[in-house]
Amino acid sequence: MKILAYIEQRNGELKKNAYETVTAARALAAGSGGTFAALLVGDNVAGLAEKLAPYGAGDVIVVSDARLAQYASGAVASAIAQVTRAENFDTVLISSTQHGKDIAPRVAVKLGAGFVPDIVELDGEGVAVRPVYAGKARVAVKITTPVKVYSLRPNVFTASTVDGVSAATRTVSVEFTEKDFAAKVVETKVNTGKRDVAEADIIVSGGRGLKGPENFNLVEDLAEVLGGAVGASRAVVDAGWRPHGEQVGQTGKTVSPSLYIATAVSGAVQHLAGMSSSKFIVAINKDKDAPIFSVADYGIVGDAFEVMPLLTKEIKTLLGK
Amino acid sequence: MNIVVCISQTPDTATKIVVGADGKAIDPKGVKFVLNPYDEFAVEEGLRQKQAAGGTVTLLCVGGEGAKESVRLGLAMGADKAILIKDEVRGDSYTVAANLAEAIKSIGADLVLCGRQSVDYDSAQIGPMLAELLDMPLVSFVTKLDVTGASIRAERDIEGGKEVVESTLPCVITAQKGLNEPRYPKLPDIMKAKSKPIEERAPIAAEPRTETVEMRKPEQKGTGKIFDFSPENVKELVRLLHEEAKVI
Repeated sequence: MKILAYIEQRNGELKKNAYETVTAARALAAGSGGTFAALLVGDNVAGLAEKLAPYGAGDVIVVSDARLAQYASGAVASAIAQVTRAENFDTVLISSTQHGKDIAPRVAVKLGAGFVPDIVELDGEGVAVRPVYAGKARVAVKITTPVKVYSLRPNVFTASTVDGVSAATRTVSVEFTEKDFAAKVVETKVNTGKRDVAEADIIVSGGRGLKGPENFNLVEDLAEVLGGAVGASRAVVDAGWRPHGEQVGQTGKTVSPSLYIATAVSGAVQHLAGMSSSKFIVAINKDKDAPIFSVADYGIVGDAFEVMPLLTKEIKTLLGK
Repeated sequence: MNIVVCISQTPDTATKIVVGADGKAIDPKGVKFVLNPYDEFAVEEGLRQKQAAGGTVTLLCVGGEGAKESVRLGLAMGADKAILIKDEVRGDSYTVAANLAEAIKSIGADLVLCGRQSVDYDSAQIGPMLAELLDMPLVSFVTKLDVTGASIRAERDIEGGKEVVESTLPCVITAQKGLNEPRYPKLPDIMKAKSKPIEERAPIAAEPRTETVEMRKPEQKGTGKIFDFSPENVKELVRLLHEEAKVI
């Protein structure tokens, strides 16, 4: 395989998904006896290449254009497709983030390529696995076109470093049309001071069993101690206790953290759809028959109001906080 | 304004899923099908934009005879008419997008609305693919949409915030929860919808670009370590998270 790993950057910053994509490309290249290159698209982003080298990216392609200082879906998709074509890449990897979801299907259409989104496994033959039907089934899918595009579910393909790789960057030019910038970002509103559930490695989420928004401090305190993000079930978001940005599940976000602690969340199938690919799940619920226990690795049957302060205290002690 | 809303029919999320005999798709027997929840936001937005700017709302659906139920629901919500591209054989997202694009080209559109994804395969591909196939700008995962003349200003969800995007019309929008509160059709609307036209069309020949090798139920997790509440057991849980799972 000849693999192109598209590296997402926002305002010149890389997130964990960038390293995951490089690592996945490296593993796939090794597994298939192929090669890979990383692609950065933006305004003045070549400097990011050195951050990719520890993960094995020796060949870093850069597309730079002042108009890309702000994200423009059409232009980024066009750049990826042009580089793929110009250098005959046969496999394109993109992280399935909000940007990745915006561009990957477009890249596939531009290239006449098959596309498998939001995958959780990929083998050396190009067969990808992804959850479907709210996690109630999994499909293995293969692409039947010569060029193949995959997007990788964030937090699933673990990033790892290798020694002795230094990045050689090369800037390539692509042709943009005015239409590529017809839809463009004019402003980014950042939720200040909050870790987003979609990017967090640890999530502590709360459900209706917490009885009211004023009791979310139980969840916030533990999240704070663990350096994690606060999540919420649909019921509490619909009730207006928590913002939609925190919602985990089918009409919220799909997350795969290392640790997911569900507090007083019953575990409706819509919620499980958004979090069942977490690596470790802890359930705290006073109903021993709550469906959340069926996906839990660990659990405590008990009242969250009793369990949470104690759990927070014990973890604080462990971490020496 | 000529508004086209692409909708699909999906199994109700709470429905039980059984893998069919071919091992590649679900067995539809006994499955309850509904209008894809995200498409309700798209239909609602279409109706609101029509109310503001005038025009028509046309529903577009690729599906079998059974999908008519969801099409009727969209008509009962207030859409003017519908086109059902009768395709009983499920291809892949690309073949669906190609069929939708062909129909949109034939009827024309100033605004194309889709749900952000359908809750069966959760692929989130149709909207972005349509943008390419129709050569229109795209704004996906939209939670706020203002149309002024031939331009729009939209907010889309990103990790940790929102992006404000400006675009020209025509364009493709995919609807995220939060965009609006979809209406429930009342009985007179449901009755009225029965006389609204559903035009049936034959699908175009589009080759799928992916192939399902296998569908299976996910491996069941081994039984978790579940304890009754006691201070000792909370301590034990913390020890397990630290020493066994190694996540804290």
